[in-house]
Amino acid sequence: MATTTIAISGYPAAPRPFTLRLHDWVTTVDHKRLGILYILYSLIFLVLGGIEAAIMRWQLIRPHNNLVSPEVFNRMFTMHGTTMIFFVAMPMLFGFANYLVPLMIGARDMAFPRLNAFSFWMSALGGMLLYFSFLGGDGLYGAGSAPDVGWFAYAPLTAKTFSVGHSTDFWILSLLVSGIGSVGTAINIIATILCMRCPGMTLGKMPLLVWLNLTMAVLVILAVSPLTAAQIMLLVDRYVGGHFFDTQAGGSAVIWMHFFWIFGHPEVYVLVLPAFAFASEIIPVFSRKAIFGYSVMVLATVAIAFISMSVWAHHMFTVGMGAGANIFFVLSTMAIAVPTGIKIFNWLATMWGGKIHFATPMLFCIAFLFQFLVAGLTGVTLAVAPFDWQLGNSYYVVAHFHYVIVGGILFTAFAAFYYWFPKISGRMYNEALGKLHFWLFLIGFHLTFDFMHIPGLLGMPRRIYTYEPGRGWDIWNLIVTIGVAFQAAGVLVFAANLVLSYFRGRAAGNDPWDAWTLEWSTSSPPPEYNYAVVPSVRSRRPLWDLKHPEDPDWRYE
Amino acid sequence: MYCLIGAESAIFTIFVVAYIFYIGKSLTGPQPKDVLHAPIFYSICLLSSSLTIHLAVRKLIGGNTAAFARWWLLTILLGGTFLFGTAREWAHLIFDEGLTVSTNLFGTTYYSLVGLHAFHVTVGLLALLTVALFNFAARLKREHAERLEILSMYWHFVDAVWVVVFTVVYVIGI
Amino acid sequence: MQMSPTNIFAPVSTPADSIFGLSIFVLVTMAAIFVVVFALLAYAVVKFRSRPGDDRREPAQIYGSTQLELAWTVIPVLIVVALFLAAARVIASVQNPPRPSGALEVIVTGHQYWWEYRYPHLNIVTANELHVPLSDPAHPSPTFLTLLSADTDHSFWVPRLAGKTDLIPNHPNQMWIDPHQTGVFVGQCAQYCGTQHAKMLLRVYVQPRDEFERWVQQQQRRASGASPGAASMRGERVFESTACVNCHVVSGTPANGRFGPDLTHLMSRDTIAAGAAPNTPQMLRLWIRNPDAIKPGSKMPAMGLSDQDVDAVATYLETLR
Repeated sequence: MATTTIAISGYPAAPRPFTLRLHDWVTTVDHKRLGILYILYSLIFLVLGGIEAAIMRWQLIRPHNNLVSPEVFNRMFTMHGTTMIFFVAMPMLFGFANYLVPLMIGARDMAFPRLNAFSFWMSALGGMLLYFSFLGGDGLYGAGSAPDVGWFAYAPLTAKTFSVGHSTDFWILSLLVSGIGSVGTAINIIATILCMRCPGMTLGKMPLLVWLNLTMAVLVILAVSPLTAAQIMLLVDRYVGGHFFDTQAGGSAVIWMHFFWIFGHPEVYVLVLPAFAFASEIIPVFSRKAIFGYSVMVLATVAIAFISMSVWAHHMFTVGMGAGANIFFVLSTMAIAVPTGIKIFNWLATMWGGKIHFATPMLFCIAFLFQFLVAGLTGVTLAVAPFDWQLGNSYYVVAHFHYVIVGGILFTAFAAFYYWFPKISGRMYNEALGKLHFWLFLIGFHLTFDFMHIPGLLGMPRRIYTYEPGRGWDIWNLIVTIGVAFQAAGVLVFAANLVLSYFRGRAAGNDPWDAWTLEWSTSSPPPEYNYAVVPSVRSRRPLWDLKHPEDPDWRYE
Repeated sequence: MYCLIGAESAIFTIFVVAYIFYIGKSLTGPQPKDVLHAPIFYSICLLSSSLTIHLAVRKLIGGNTAAFARWWLLTILLGGTFLFGTAREWAHLIFDEGLTVSTNLFGTTYYSLVGLHAFHVTVGLLALLTVALFNFAARLKREHAERLEILSMYWHFVDAVWVVVFTVVYVIGI
Repeated sequence: MQMSPTNIFAPVSTPADSIFGLSIFVLVTMAAIFVVVFALLAYAVVKFRSRPGDDRREPAQIYGSTQLELAWTVIPVLIVVALFLAAARVIASVQNPPRPSGALEVIVTGHQYWWEYRYPHLNIVTANELHVPLSDPAHPSPTFLTLLSADTDHSFWVPRLAGKTDLIPNHPNQMWIDPHQTGVFVGQCAQYCGTQHAKMLLRVYVQPRDEFERWVQQQQRRASGASPGAASMRGERVFESTACVNCHVVSGTPANGRFGPDLTHLMSRDTIAAGAAPNTPQMLRLWIRNPDAIKPGSKMPAMGLSDQDVDAVATYLETLR
């Protein structure tokens, strides 16, 4: 198997003028550049979403605080949720998928490069449209007319009667537009994986990251579309007098909830499957062992995706569905805990008997394992519908899902940043700064999200801009807010590390981690064509086979 | 294209679910059985266009561009007739029966579902017309047959959706 | 530290009790799983770390084990089944309760941002502060709440009495409570309903039977009417000639507006503005003069009354016991 690159520099010797380089980036259809664009875009919105969170936490640091008015606060939680899900998490994960999937399957690009570019720019437009709402309509008076209906925009609060002006329309349109981008990317990922694997790479020999992104893409196709449909219906209601969600005309507010959560629940699996992908690639390399139970991991992934389409109404336990419906959704939600737990055990078994190296990517993955365990367990408590009747819509739920999204997904995303930064940039990041980032963020995360469970257990609902003293919530809110400072510091260190290392890091070489998947066989950064000669593989770890010709994987698979 | 069809099917499913959920729930205004007349002729037009497009692609694979052009244009004609039929039906409903999208739940769900389908037919027709223009400029060759086959999958999808919409609106919903 | 008045682990009513029992079972199970898996993870991270003087050889590559996979599939499935059955039992018992003939019925209608209570069999209409009789566990006298909404979605959550149930327009819901301890139990709206969702507070007064009957009788009386003193007569005139009557009911007077709370027995309540402020002369005057000072974004507009008129109206309202 020949996977080495031809020794031709991928980039011309003389630096091109800035405007031409900018033009190259704006018109690129190269999956690697689009991946980087997606990721940079998501980091900008991470900062914006973080500022929105900081404003909320500052407002809630003590009861009856008046940093911001209720109108502004309500815009903050709406924008924070919408931003983080649609313009941070999804672009970041699509960016990594874009960059890594073709490389890992030995392809030269995605199946449809122009569709790829189109999808990125649609997503980018969506984010800009959403933030334009701060200026559009009312202008900056009172923080503009950003949407304030919550990120799940329950009817009939979104009807023209209760949401006058255009803020809700910005929410609808920005998500419609970026939804088109998401579906485009999903189509691209599926076509690429199904049609462009290199010779010898059967479906059973793809890296787990590729499997997980394939499953994620299928979920996007099935799940984003219901949201698109519901938003079209909402536009019909708001603009041409339709009655889809108009309760005065016999319409149903509950049906919006069903449509939204039919999207909303699989959406969180869209976010978490790539996180699992990162863990499944990084943990084996830093434990120096193959992933334990590859086939079971694949089966569990497919099972999770499948079951995730049937659990949505666990977001609606308090809505007054009958006992029968509640019981069904308890069962389906609990069922999804089983394959998820299986994955945790498989990662544990991968580390077991290995030789663990605590580089920054692995630190983040180990924290992920502990934190995802907790997140899963609090999820099971919420799956118990009667317990959800108390805990639902309280800070316990907020703590649970941030535990998953920050403690699970963001931690593995950080791991992925550090793991693949050498490949993408050609430079090593600074390990001391990486560890500093890890510890700062770990402390901040736990200060905020561990203690956030408590106000929920003590009766504090979510989405309130202030609260009464004397309910026992004060001290916990204070601690939660303090954690934000640590997390912000961690993110600053992270950004500084990325920038400094990009310019001054030492050269990384092809394979700084002694890893086993195809992307490590080409140069860092890879040339535009990825591989001079299309590789062919014989096992799941082609580079292991090369490095250990006396004991190759394909003897055991 | 299969993925795109998957995504579009999911969108249509939600509109169909909404339609079925709201059957019989309109508080006022015209009810389906009072004002709807099943568009049998126009449905036959649309469904036969699946056959004609299939034949067109077969002819092109066989290298017979003249026959291809004839079947292709017939497909466009049949699709256009269907759209004309929808327009006629809507004109009747709006002006004679007073049913608009804001009249009641039936109006909202009917125009949304049938309209979404008509929109997809329109997009398909535009694509078919573009191909016809290429053919007219003698730029269409036998090697394009595979792409046209993929486009015809979209057209078959649109027809299949109509079978579902027709059943839900004109059979179940009455 | 004083116990939180909204602590879900301090139930005083059967629905909250059932949930509490189930929650302990669930939490203990989750804690056990956490301890076991945490210990395994911690052990692995410590035991299998690479040591400095390591010989750079790769460890044995283990690709999988069918027995292990089966074990850690079957055991979680069993745990899931146990939890599911426990949950199903409580769902059935809370959602399909027996309904004794003497049960009190209250129709709760959620508004932006206050609670309307109608006791249909007692002919009582009041707002924001719900009074219910104490229930003896041996002879339960529960209160059944029918939950409606006049505008957006709301949710009735008084943690010590029951889990929350949503108030959704065009989708009536039912819940019930049978508190076996007297006192005032607090909560608040738990479904984002608009700008002042945060100050749509709940107060439930659980009273012994005789005290509850006295409250009922007082509520059933018509408005006390302005006493012959000048200030309150003037206030009544201002009230009835300004737009106040468009939104508020004072039974037995021309005031018949349904948008805002019924004020017939305003002085029988401890708080105003759905709990946002105590019902004191000063707060009442502030609320009438400038509602945004107490609850910015509430639907009560500042009526632009002069200071004397504000004082007069408040004096009149203070006669509505």
